Amino acid sequence: MSEPVIDVRNVVKAYRRDRLEIPVLSGLSLAVPPGDYMAMMGPSGSGKTTLLNLIAGIDRPDRGDVIVAGTNLADLGESDLAKWRARHIGFIFQFYNLLPALTAAGNVELPLLLTKLSRRERREHVLAALELVGLSDRVNHYPRQLSGGQEQRVAIARAIVTDPTVIVADEPTGDLDKQSAADILDLLGRLNTEFKKTIVMVTHDPRAAERAHVVRHLDKGELE
Amino acid sequence: MMRGMGIFRLVLRNAVRHRLRTALTICGIALAVLAFGVLRTVIAAWYSGVATAAPDRLVTRSRISITFTLPVSQKEKIARIPGVVGVTTGTWFGGVYKDPKNFFAQIAVEGPQTFSFWPELLADPGALEAFTATRNGAVVGVDLMDRFGWKVGDVIRLKGTIYPGDWDFVICGTYHGRDERADETQFLFNWNYIEQRMAQEAPMRMGQVGWWVIKIDDPARAASICQAVDAEFRNSSDETLTETEAAFQQSFIAMAGTIIVALRVISFLVIGVILLVAANTMAMTARERIPEYAVLKTLGFQGPHILGLIAGESVMIATLGGILGMLLMTPLLRGMGVALRAWFPSFPVEPRTYAMTLAAALAVGILAAVFPSWRAMRVSIVDGLRRID
Repeated sequence: MSEPVIDVRNVVKAYRRDRLEIPVLSGLSLAVPPGDYMAMMGPSGSGKTTLLNLIAGIDRPDRGDVIVAGTNLADLGESDLAKWRARHIGFIFQFYNLLPALTAAGNVELPLLLTKLSRRERREHVLAALELVGLSDRVNHYPRQLSGGQEQRVAIARAIVTDPTVIVADEPTGDLDKQSAADILDLLGRLNTEFKKTIVMVTHDPRAAERAHVVRHLDKGELE
Repeated sequence: MMRGMGIFRLVLRNAVRHRLRTALTICGIALAVLAFGVLRTVIAAWYSGVATAAPDRLVTRSRISITFTLPVSQKEKIARIPGVVGVTTGTWFGGVYKDPKNFFAQIAVEGPQTFSFWPELLADPGALEAFTATRNGAVVGVDLMDRFGWKVGDVIRLKGTIYPGDWDFVICGTYHGRDERADETQFLFNWNYIEQRMAQEAPMRMGQVGWWVIKIDDPARAASICQAVDAEFRNSSDETLTETEAAFQQSFIAMAGTIIVALRVISFLVIGVILLVAANTMAMTARERIPEYAVLKTLGFQGPHILGLIAGESVMIATLGGILGMLLMTPLLRGMGVALRAWFPSFPVEPRTYAMTLAAALAVGILAAVFPSWRAMRVSIVDGLRRID
């Protein structure tokens, strides 16, 4: 069996609100092999998004190790962690989180601004990513000129344009109508099957979860 | 590392997201730097006499006060002091032309030789000959001619205040400045005209002058020559105070010292106020965009990138405000120069004022971004993203 691309070991995480400490994850472990497509389900407050944030390196555990793409994230300082994220993680948000001041192409280009690619090369990558998500005809459209489904496809193009090791998606269909959600799930499926991307998706939607290879349930900070 | 054009494009786009807010901020900064530039120019105008003072000219006045006169007999004694190459005189006349509001400087001088003491004042052809030949002749600065629409040959009547009575002068020529800093608003006439009138009307006031202007051979010896002149008249009934022309001018400015300090303080207060306004705008902008900065950080952008975005936008807005303010400043200062030329013969719109104005605008841009950037950089990604929900 191949080495897991995501290896979460005995992770403990709590949030502090005022003087209260709210435990979220208590000794959670999880291994995801390369090319897997995993859905995480669970009630609100169960720790799904927290776990996703730890895997994506945008939050740190109180205890335990998070090893992704061969790197123990605890070994990285803030600057190195940012560079690591840019290289290995594609993040898809529930509310798309496109920058309204930029066109679809401008949004997709953002992660490439951190690379050494020339302007022409960046343009080629952007157009390829937008073509992959079926938005070649929306290159110069601003987010306000796109539907929710199209916005999420732009967000997916932004997540994949740097060819990351892992795609993490936080309720990617949570804000979409039925048809748009199905289109997004088709797209994620293609990324997994055709491009062998490892995907970890948090969702409340059983129809989204059934597209994944593996569905894990999280409740009160523990995997069932 | 980040591609410069990429961040510049984002800065540009962000700057125009709230067009009204950006436009109002730019206008606010423009007005503030305009006020700053105008106040600095007024201060510079006050000091223009000091700036144009020649290092080889000394001024001797009564030790008691500039309003006390000196005896003309002092001239020969001053001329004999080593290092002195020439002595001439000036006397404040203080007449009124039709109405007291038509104020301008009227100075009784020793005829044409005056112009050899002030090479920065150039008499127009024929003026000096006519000046010599005309007992009540006057040579007038071109600005003053222009102000009252006078022509050469006009007879100008002044009502004397220090020297009572009506005084008629014939304009026998004009002078202009060698450069724009020179005072072209003076009304210069022969001291002999006063002397002859005093002989008839008030003989006890004869032989008195307002001050001496001394030309020296070596500016480096100015201090010792000043001491020598004053030593010559120590313990006499007409003790003197001699100083360089710059120090003499400075003493006039000192009289308005409190006003100048107030103008200086106000000029920086104006900048301080607009700094707070700009900082508030940038803080508001940055606070609204915290989720976007969190998204950028998720993508791999770091603190310095966020700083670049906020500071870039702030500096861009402040620079545009500064440029707009400077564009407005040029015609405004020219207009003020014309309106105030009775009080400020030289109203210099100096390159330094533009540089200070632009520097003030840039400083506002940079300082206004400090706190919002610091706060945006400190917010964790998780907290930033939570604000979207």
